[in-house]
Amino acid sequence: MGKKLLMKGNEALAEAMILAGCDAYFGYPITPQSEVLEYLAIHATKRTGMVVLQAESEVSAINMIYGAAGAGKRVMTTSSSPGVSLMQEGISYMAGAEIPCLLANVNRGGPGLGTIQPAQGDYFQSVKGGGHGDYRLLVLAPYSVQEMVDFVKLGFELAEKYRNPVMLLADGAIGQMMEKVELFPQQERIDRKFPWATTGKPKNGERRFITSLHFESELFEKVNIRLQEKYKKMEEEEVRYQTTNIEDAEYIFTGFGLGSRICAKAMQLGREKGYKIGLVRPQTLFPFPKNIYAELAPKIKGILDVEMNAGQMVEDVRLAVEGKTRVEFYGRMGGMIASPEEILDHFEKKFIK
Amino acid sequence: MTDNKINETGAEDIRKPEYLVYQRPRTLTETELHYCPGCSHGVAHKILMEVIEELDIQETTIGIAPVGCSVFAYHYMNIDMQEAAHGRACALATGIKRTMPDKYVFTYQGDGDLAAIGTAETIHAANRGENILTVFINNGVYGMTSGQMAPTTLPGMVTTTSPFGRDVALQGHPLKISDLVATLPGAAYVTRHSVHTVANVRKAKRAMKNAFEYQKQGLGYCLIEIVSNCPSNMKMTPLEANKFVEEKMIPYYPLGDLKKPEVK
Repeated sequence: MGKKLLMKGNEALAEAMILAGCDAYFGYPITPQSEVLEYLAIHATKRTGMVVLQAESEVSAINMIYGAAGAGKRVMTTSSSPGVSLMQEGISYMAGAEIPCLLANVNRGGPGLGTIQPAQGDYFQSVKGGGHGDYRLLVLAPYSVQEMVDFVKLGFELAEKYRNPVMLLADGAIGQMMEKVELFPQQERIDRKFPWATTGKPKNGERRFITSLHFESELFEKVNIRLQEKYKKMEEEEVRYQTTNIEDAEYIFTGFGLGSRICAKAMQLGREKGYKIGLVRPQTLFPFPKNIYAELAPKIKGILDVEMNAGQMVEDVRLAVEGKTRVEFYGRMGGMIASPEEILDHFEKKFIK
Repeated sequence: MTDNKINETGAEDIRKPEYLVYQRPRTLTETELHYCPGCSHGVAHKILMEVIEELDIQETTIGIAPVGCSVFAYHYMNIDMQEAAHGRACALATGIKRTMPDKYVFTYQGDGDLAAIGTAETIHAANRGENILTVFINNGVYGMTSGQMAPTTLPGMVTTTSPFGRDVALQGHPLKISDLVATLPGAAYVTRHSVHTVANVRKAKRAMKNAFEYQKQGLGYCLIEIVSNCPSNMKMTPLEANKFVEEKMIPYYPLGDLKKPEVK
């Protein structure tokens, strides 16, 4: 076991980036995640030679990522909701051109300029495709500072395995809070020698080009079918979730990120009052762990989905249970965070009384 | 046996290496260009790729294609390339050059791409002094979308979205973005050329060679504007379009160096 440190979520994320042998970070300041760029500016280049550059906008940052990732480099950018909206063009292009990269959204309240307080209103944008066209991001939802670290390492590996952008969907609270965290050993920055990377035409080989443009519909349909097969493979192989107390559960609380943490406390309070409540926490939002909900649905009396939005993941939960159990929702918006007591109260109103 | 083969017409085949005065550089693929007859793009592609061949940097150069008529530049240029979203070429180039500083990186962009939707990316790449080259084709019109007004459309010039001629009171003035870039400390070399005569083609090619040399020395951002024609959208013959370049475009966009590194 390595030593445990006390770190802020955003700084732990930045530290993990350095440790993962990341080659470059391009980003633009936005609350509540500006610590990422600040931390990297101090530590990254002198430790690993990693490139750290503040771009003139999120639009530019995501396209710097496109260029460097297209050259086979391990690269990452981070932002928060309004900034991630600006990046959607580049994300769609990278999904289309099959360029691996790691993105993080430290979600704040929207719509519009909204608030700098934490929220989870970007579930749809992350999971359903915020940019144009039929594409998917592989979406990881950390619920602790530890997972901010672990998912950076995992995220790079998944991005490179699938040649696809991976989104780490956190929120302002996970980014800002301090917790104990265990880091992983420094990984070297290496030439990953991707055959598709534009590092200069091989002397006796074919030139490489990276594009998402296809003019012939017959061929482009085939490209789309291949992309869909890739997303299907992610659904078969990359589902990740955690469960607690599901063995004897009559009710399930569910949520992701911070929402799931508060649910865990609400579950504990409920258990103290004699309610048999379990918890399902998706760690991947795409692929969505629909099977666990489908398996539990016939055995339980209902699910309470808790999110810091108007009800987004709950749509996927409902699709997963196919009407076989009741699914209720409780959400707070605008930067408000539900307390465990009010969640339990809502549960009792909907299911007990 | 003689080397001089007789072809099917009975005439001597003159395609012997010693007779050749011109051939396709190996840095261009054999793909047929899709550009309209008389278009400046073909010449600009050719001299750029000749320079890369002559400098022997085919294996160490990465190009960025824009959105616009030259969107398919990567089909013609026989080097590693990336295709950018509209206007974002300089951001891609920044990402590539920063992570591979020993490689040569250029963007090839039109006026809409560089001077309208990509203005921020262009200005900031220049201002950071990115060691990249931008070849900027300024033909005063959106070519690929078939003839809409560009940021560089001349006053009074008729396009499909300025059907009564560009009215500067309504639609603003043509943007001299190279002049703007030349004021930035990060810009090392800003120069304006054309390819409508043989002499001008040679000068433009010389400028491209200079720019790669400056990039090797790490002097900063280089911008080569090429004042160009667009016969199809100007609704002119290639000769008329070249005359338009000479008589209308160049007086507004005068040729010559706007900024040049000091020779030590």
